[in-house]
Amino acid sequence: MTVRSIPAVAAETHPRRRRRWSSSLAGWGYALPTAAFVLIFFVVPIGIVARMSVSDWKLFTGDRGWNSGKNFQSALDDRLLWPAVWFTVKYTVVTTVILLVLALGLALLVQESSRWTGFLRTSFLIPSALGLASASLLFYALYSPQSSPLLGFTDKPISFLGTPMSALWSTVVLIVWRYAGFYMLLLVVGLQSISGDVYEAARLDGANRWQTFRRITLPLLRPSLALSTILCVTGSLLAFDQFYILTKGGPDNSTITIVQLVYNSAFQGRNDLGRAAALSILVLGALLIINLVQFRSLRGKEN
Amino acid sequence: MLRTPTRVFTGALALLFLFPLVWAAVASVSPQGGTAQTHGWGLGNYQTLAHYQAGIVQYLLNSTAVSLMTVAFTLAVATLGGYAFAMFSFPGKNVLFLVTLAILMVPYATLLIPLYVLLNDLGLQNSLVGLALVLTMFQLPFAVFMMRISFEAVPKELRESALVDGCGSFRALWHILLPAVRAGLVTVGMFAFLAAWNDFITPLVLISDSSKAPLPLAVANMRQQVMGIVDYGATEAGVVVLALPCILIFLALQRHYVRGFMSGALKG
Repeated sequence: MTVRSIPAVAAETHPRRRRRWSSSLAGWGYALPTAAFVLIFFVVPIGIVARMSVSDWKLFTGDRGWNSGKNFQSALDDRLLWPAVWFTVKYTVVTTVILLVLALGLALLVQESSRWTGFLRTSFLIPSALGLASASLLFYALYSPQSSPLLGFTDKPISFLGTPMSALWSTVVLIVWRYAGFYMLLLVVGLQSISGDVYEAARLDGANRWQTFRRITLPLLRPSLALSTILCVTGSLLAFDQFYILTKGGPDNSTITIVQLVYNSAFQGRNDLGRAAALSILVLGALLIINLVQFRSLRGKEN
Repeated sequence: MLRTPTRVFTGALALLFLFPLVWAAVASVSPQGGTAQTHGWGLGNYQTLAHYQAGIVQYLLNSTAVSLMTVAFTLAVATLGGYAFAMFSFPGKNVLFLVTLAILMVPYATLLIPLYVLLNDLGLQNSLVGLALVLTMFQLPFAVFMMRISFEAVPKELRESALVDGCGSFRALWHILLPAVRAGLVTVGMFAFLAAWNDFITPLVLISDSSKAPLPLAVANMRQQVMGIVDYGATEAGVVVLALPCILIFLALQRHYVRGFMSGALKG
């Protein structure tokens, strides 16, 4: 950053020290609301969740003191934990692969500007204006046996949410519909930053379309693809709304995600805030490690 | 320059994306068994919605109040914060900026459990103000970052002349710099509005009084009303009411939003 602060520039004509001091004061004055928000609603809660995770802390009884790691034990002993981890990972991999491949295809379709591609872009982007909860409610009705328009095509009723497999794929379709346009936009931005000269040079060297795509577009698109991957993986690992609304974790607890497990521990059935806090500390740790690994590997390839 | 088969294919793809929205709008007014609209076309489902518990007007008011408060808090805090980060140097500046960005790294669920306890201690349990304060915190990483780069993009001469003219730093901000960062303010405001209007898990955890629920929570709860029998017609109507403002805002600001992305690309 080469931007010098205004008071520092003005300080040339004034006693330096006093000027600097009052500049810091003004700076802190303007930053104070941000600092207050971050302290009260972020730093303090992180402290509370850390303490909660090692305390006997139920929803209705409040803090009843240190319980020496029992919460972590109880969170790890939950028989739903490992199925939930496995399901969340499976869902994340499926969603990320399908979403990014489709988004890349759409981006290649609409990268040039014309009236027609403008219309296409808008059509693909409109679903991302909806909230995830609204989109889930929409697909909940779309998949229902009573009102679904998708049932007219077959004689046999299709059960969209009835089996573990169909529930997973039905949710993936919803997520792809809701997010494809957003990732398309990120990738179009990346595509447009690739200079036309590079393509021109490849054409002169006699590269065909596939070679151009493999050797030029994909490598130069890496930063945008990396950003999309990180956003998509993080978002999918923390999936909640779509499963809470569409499947409620069913059928037979087959679509419970990690965040849903945290929510259930805290507010449904068990009402055990300590255990939920322990579980969410584990989630936070895992997420930090995963993002660090993603960051390293995606950046490492770039060099 | 696109050939006809490509046009047909891409057009079909576009229709596929538009289909669920069009279907929801049509289905919400069309006749269907098990809903309030069994014969002929009409607004029966919207009437169900209007009379569900506290009534849709109440839920719309809740959502509007929460969204407007979130937009106002976010704009105020992020403008002052962005100004501080862009124009001043003060001890702890980088730490504060990094901690603000770190909010992005922590899952909502991890923060909502302690926030539930904290808001109880602050006497803000079950309150729309408390909900708006928490939603503002979730917006801050993006908003402060955006306002910081907006202020940094203002030409240096303008910023310096603002101060040399002898007005204090606050008057310089208010009269000279604020108009120059209008585009940033619009983007931050729009994102804050959409996020607050659509958020689901935050009110699910923080609001237990059903008459204070914002619209997404109310429509989701409505599905369980009568003996587990779901009124899909009312759900479709609810989706239309939820989605319409978002789609209108998106279409109105689309140029701005898409171009903002594109101009970022040209610089990068």
